[in-house]
Amino acid sequence: MRTRLTDDETAVKEVFDGFFANESPIAIVRAAEPQGHDSELWSKLAATGAPGMALPESVGGGGASLRDLAVVVESWGAHLAPVPLVEHAVATRFLHTCGSDIDSLVAGEQIATLALRDSVAGAARLVPAGAVADVVVARAGNDVVRLNEPGPGTGPRNTGDLPIADRELSSAETVGSADEWTRALDEWRALMSVAYCGLGRQALALGVDYVKDRIQFDVPVGTFQAIQHGLADAATKLEGAHLLAHRAVWALDTDQPDASRLAGMALLFGAETARFCTDRSLQYHGGYGFSEEYDIQLYHRRASAWLLQLGEPSLEYARLADDEIGPIGSSGEAA
Amino acid sequence: MDFSFPPEVEAFRTEVREFLAANLTDEMIAATHDGTIHAPELHAAMAARGWIAGPVPEELGGAGRSALESLVLNEEMQLAAAPVDAMAVSIVVASILLEHGSPHLKDSVVPRLLDGSALGCFGYSEPESGSDVAAAQTKAVRDGDEWVINGAKMWTTLAHISDYVILLTRTDPDVAKHKGLTFFLVPLDTPGIEIQPVPTMAVERSNATFYDDVRLGDEWRVGDVNGGWAVMKTALKYERGIAGGQFPSPTVIDAALDWAQTAERADGSRPIDDPTVREKLMRSLIDVEVCRGFAYHTASLAEEGVMFGVEGSMTKLFASESYKRHCREFQDMMGVDGLITHHNDDAHLGGRIEENLRHSPVTTIYGGTSEISRNLVAEGHLGLPRTR
Repeated sequence: MRTRLTDDETAVKEVFDGFFANESPIAIVRAAEPQGHDSELWSKLAATGAPGMALPESVGGGGASLRDLAVVVESWGAHLAPVPLVEHAVATRFLHTCGSDIDSLVAGEQIATLALRDSVAGAARLVPAGAVADVVVARAGNDVVRLNEPGPGTGPRNTGDLPIADRELSSAETVGSADEWTRALDEWRALMSVAYCGLGRQALALGVDYVKDRIQFDVPVGTFQAIQHGLADAATKLEGAHLLAHRAVWALDTDQPDASRLAGMALLFGAETARFCTDRSLQYHGGYGFSEEYDIQLYHRRASAWLLQLGEPSLEYARLADDEIGPIGSSGEAA
Repeated sequence: MDFSFPPEVEAFRTEVREFLAANLTDEMIAATHDGTIHAPELHAAMAARGWIAGPVPEELGGAGRSALESLVLNEEMQLAAAPVDAMAVSIVVASILLEHGSPHLKDSVVPRLLDGSALGCFGYSEPESGSDVAAAQTKAVRDGDEWVINGAKMWTTLAHISDYVILLTRTDPDVAKHKGLTFFLVPLDTPGIEIQPVPTMAVERSNATFYDDVRLGDEWRVGDVNGGWAVMKTALKYERGIAGGQFPSPTVIDAALDWAQTAERADGSRPIDDPTVREKLMRSLIDVEVCRGFAYHTASLAEEGVMFGVEGSMTKLFASESYKRHCREFQDMMGVDGLITHHNDDAHLGGRIEENLRHSPVTTIYGGTSEISRNLVAEGHLGLPRTR
């Protein structure tokens, strides 16, 4: 039992906190809007080895664990870095498991992504990083298919300024089965729950800094208990979300029987928590929180957006319930 | 990070489960309906195994169990709805005495608390001081070799079955309020003590205790004269660390699940097939996993020898607030049947959800209100200015 980062994980964290602080400051995040992708930043990130770090050394990867990758992802989320790290890492790990060619992906020369929602009639709608991905992995019925085709570069404008785009899959080839796909989605869920913790932590920090400086009624607004208590609730949920998110990653990493359950739970709680953090933080900025000039709105919009790439949250609760207590109509005969 | 337990702790969890299956009866749980959350036979059986003394180091007469083993014991007892209150409080009192008590207290009282032959209770709050605990007005005045205590304590829950109360008193009224406090361990059979029941909206009873010229020797003092605030900090540290309360919801969720699967609505449908009910159940299970993360975290820190502070407040805040919400939602889910109390033979699972609904409001109050917890998180974790 070790509920804090190990020394090795702390070292990884320090390296990538520094990397994203230097290479993906908020000006870069803003400059990448509305497309939500910075190809130069992707090249720099690729140079660190991060996109392939959680692949075996035998294929040129970093041989790191999912837990190490999660440490990088938390920093990525905190900086809203406009590069598809989680999508690429999860899709590439899946392709490797299927024995599909990943030579161009390990070092990040090409970008891979996964369609989180099943494709319909040979097309995947609003695929995360679909605008910029050269390789798209998607579920089609009982198969999982791979599309090799450069992305269109742009997609529809959206709440989070994310590079989502529709992708046509008619030229895609089958690479795996739906059974293995579950694992990929769970890795996305667990890693994004960690990313949400990063986002929430940074959003909360913006709020805390602001209320310490902002003077109203002749005192910093952070001296008011109404504001302190909202921020304390956010900090408390965030600590809980952090522990659950990393437990889910650990569970996947070590093949625990409840890994899938924890991944689903961690994502829902992480998203809800990050949204709560951005909501409180924006509110305590007063009118400025609503303005484009201040950064909290960037966090607020992404907190809304990330989860919805997967679909309706209520369907995620329904999926958890099906696994926990059996599908609707089974009269609660436990699965 | 690593959330696995060492094999010996997993083995201990199995042992605890087997013990509870053999020793915890439905009658013991139902017996708490008389208002006293204590099962003497269970307490004795646990003491016989050395489990009351579990967290106390061996050299101090304890069993020297690790923080992870204490966590597991706590977790399993709460999951089984075992009446743990008197046990938890007695362990905290023993721990305070081991840290601050005189040799007399360590030799004559601690062994009795640890072997299960005596119980202790808390005497901090007063009619005029609750969250502002340092404002206590119960007076202790020196008279030769003795102390004379006068005053009143509120919420001395379990005093009516306890042997001792650990009492916060004022020994210097002329200094800043937290600098004039002294603790005593007071045998409850000392002349001059009166215990009056305080009925509550839940099944449990609490007490008001009154102290009228209660005379004690100096060997009953705990910590330094006017050093009571340091003892108070220790007390709160143990209360948040050992006393549990991280898993109040699972037995309520079990009951809600049972109801949803077995009840039939007027239209013939079952609640379990209602997507809104399913989402509420899943949300409550997620909250339990969050509580589990907090519980594992504080235990893991303790195991590493890192004394946690604000993490305990966060755990308490999240666990109690979510528990209160779960009770509300699940009573609502049951509709009019959710109103039926345990006094009715046909109450669902002994009226468990209704009973918890009544009990839940106190959990966001005792042991530090949610508002005090938020203050501590805001100040200790976020670095915001102290406001009081």
